[in-house]
Amino acid sequence: MSETIKVPTMAEYMAEGKKPEVLFWVGCAGSFDDRAKKITKAFVKLLHSANVDFAVLGTEESCTGDPAKRAGNEFLFQMQAVTNIEVMNAYEIKKVVTACPHCFNTLKNEYPVLGGDYDVMHHTQFLKSLLDEGRLTVEGGKFKGKRITFHDPCYLGRANNVYEAPRDLLKKLEVELIEMKRCKRNGLCCGAGGAQMFKEPEPGNKDVNIERTEDALETKPDIIAAGCPFCNTMMTDGVKNKEKEDSIDVMDVAELIANAQDL
Amino acid sequence: MQYIPNILFVIALVAGIGYFIKNIRKVIRNIRLGKDVDRSDDKAARFKNMAMIALGQSKMVRRPIAGILHIVVYIGFIIINIEVLEIIIDGIFGTHRIFSFLGPLYDFLIGSFEILAFLVFVGVILFWTRRNVIKLKRFWNPEMKGWPKNDGNLILYFEMVLMTLFLVMNAADLQLQELGSGHYISAGSYPISQFISPLFEGMSEGSLILLERGAWWLHILGILVFLNYLYFSKHLHILLAFPNTYYGDLKPKGQLDNLEAVTKEVMLMMDPNADPFAAPAEDQAEEGEPEKFGASDVMDLNWAQLLNAYTCTECGRCTSECPANQTGKKLSPRKIMMDTRDRLKEVGDNIDKNGSFVDDGKQLLNDYISTEELWACTSCNACVEACPVSISPLSIIMDMRRYLVMEESAAPTDLNNMMSNIENNGAPWPFNQMDRVNWSKE
Ligand code: SF4
Ligand code: SF4
Repeated sequence: MSETIKVPTMAEYMAEGKKPEVLFWVGCAGSFDDRAKKITKAFVKLLHSANVDFAVLGTEESCTGDPAKRAGNEFLFQMQAVTNIEVMNAYEIKKVVTACPHCFNTLKNEYPVLGGDYDVMHHTQFLKSLLDEGRLTVEGGKFKGKRITFHDPCYLGRANNVYEAPRDLLKKLEVELIEMKRCKRNGLCCGAGGAQMFKEPEPGNKDVNIERTEDALETKPDIIAAGCPFCNTMMTDGVKNKEKEDSIDVMDVAELIANAQDL
Repeated sequence: MQYIPNILFVIALVAGIGYFIKNIRKVIRNIRLGKDVDRSDDKAARFKNMAMIALGQSKMVRRPIAGILHIVVYIGFIIINIEVLEIIIDGIFGTHRIFSFLGPLYDFLIGSFEILAFLVFVGVILFWTRRNVIKLKRFWNPEMKGWPKNDGNLILYFEMVLMTLFLVMNAADLQLQELGSGHYISAGSYPISQFISPLFEGMSEGSLILLERGAWWLHILGILVFLNYLYFSKHLHILLAFPNTYYGDLKPKGQLDNLEAVTKEVMLMMDPNADPFAAPAEDQAEEGEPEKFGASDVMDLNWAQLLNAYTCTECGRCTSECPANQTGKKLSPRKIMMDTRDRLKEVGDNIDKNGSFVDDGKQLLNDYISTEELWACTSCNACVEACPVSISPLSIIMDMRRYLVMEESAAPTDLNNMMSNIENNGAPWPFNQMDRVNWSKE
């Protein structure tokens, strides 16, 4: 895949004296992780197809500081936060959308006290609002009738009580949405949060992502839908561990919508 | 001579309540050892939480069997305690069934108390069975060995005995009423104890009075002992659930507090006009010792976290939902709460003994909670969501990680690498910040 998609930066907007409708906060995973980059692109395609006037910070974006904060390094977190806030405030950002629930939580809840007060949305919420405004059409397309189960990201679900936006979008795809026995506020973590993504698990008898993948496999899904790049990695690894990668895809809600329409 | 029972009663009552108050004041003092945290906002939401979660048991019923049994025992226990009011008045003034003048209402009340007492009895038997026969996993985790296990059962035995005494007292009373004995006026209705009463048929009036008085005394003394037992037990939650749900965290669960002390330093570093040498000195002059980051002992936690520890019911719902615990890691959020409480009590005893806290060479970190437990947490909030009384084990875990990282630089190597990546490249992986938009061209 080597198609260049148009992604305007805030600096470019500034140079033209314009302001976008929304800032797309790509996040570190979305910028660097090979799997997550595909989610980023799918989301950008949807933004284009809905004619959303957006921009990214590009090289001016830096880690929100979430993993540092959850690892206990409040100092590094606040350094990151203050730097990012300075950049965003200089661009007079009002509205932010991100495809990462960790960035979402941090930007929305932990930046305001440090002077960064924005209207922050998770990409599933944003897509849902585009749908409601009639700017985006979501149709079944090739996923119609497929069995899909949605894994709730902790930082979207329990942490911020967003359970319905991703499900509403999936329902629009005319798929058969099957819930795992532990879902919504009872959903089990994928194992990546709290900076676990960046370390070896502590000694135990199983990896959390395997436990969660088993929950998902119980629903006999064609596709496991995720709303977080880290959950995506964890569930993909879990599916591989169970040698099911040929029959079960792990896909982000944005990818499902974009692929359904062959964008 | 005639007033001896009254006097003994008053002595028992004053001693029982007095000792209880003394211990509750200790609990309050210990909770105040915590740092300050503002929980005075949005009183309406707080009252609502208290009404729903503590009074209304809204989170208990998320597990229907345990929830409904708990509601039965809880309502039964509260309502039956109205009877205690009569017992106290009778005990002080030497009257018998002082409220019997209420007539039909009295019959109704006593009748309902009996039915509730019976339901409580059944509920408690079922609870006991779940713990000891069915052996529900969450009651058999490692932290539930020894005292916590015995404590759980003792409470159940207490309630069984108290309910039995109450019913036996009524049954004997009923026999005496039928005999037309002395001041055993005919009052009350006895839907349950009427089935116990035939057991005592044929007993002499004297033995019946002995039985009735015996049960009456043991019942009220049992209640006083139980009241004082609370302080030593997880059963303290029947009182503390109320303040704890009131003072619970109202922020979204994902929101971790931002340490203000750190903010000050960060702002100073970011401010190009600040004089890097003058400012800290000034700060120190004002505040004495520089503030310690994070928590290594209970005094470093805030009072709401310490109140959490005293409120924990050791129900283990948190642990049974914890992804780390389910996959065999050492972490158990319930143990975090139990350790905090045990350590806080130890610190409290130390203060009682020495007048003020004297270093005992111990702390919450390592002596109670190991770093392995702390590093197993995924910050998923499942424990917080599961807790029926609004406790956050996660907030203690995070404060202790802060201490490990900011005071001791004791993060696991992988995390140190992640953090130096963020510091140097603005991402947790070793990629160049200048490559952040390369994805659009790939
Ligand atoms: S937040 Fe941590 S302690 Fe609580 S359930 Fe999740 S992993 Fe366990
Ligand atoms: S913290 Fe809450 S859920 Fe966990 S054992 Fe204590 S009361 Fe139960």
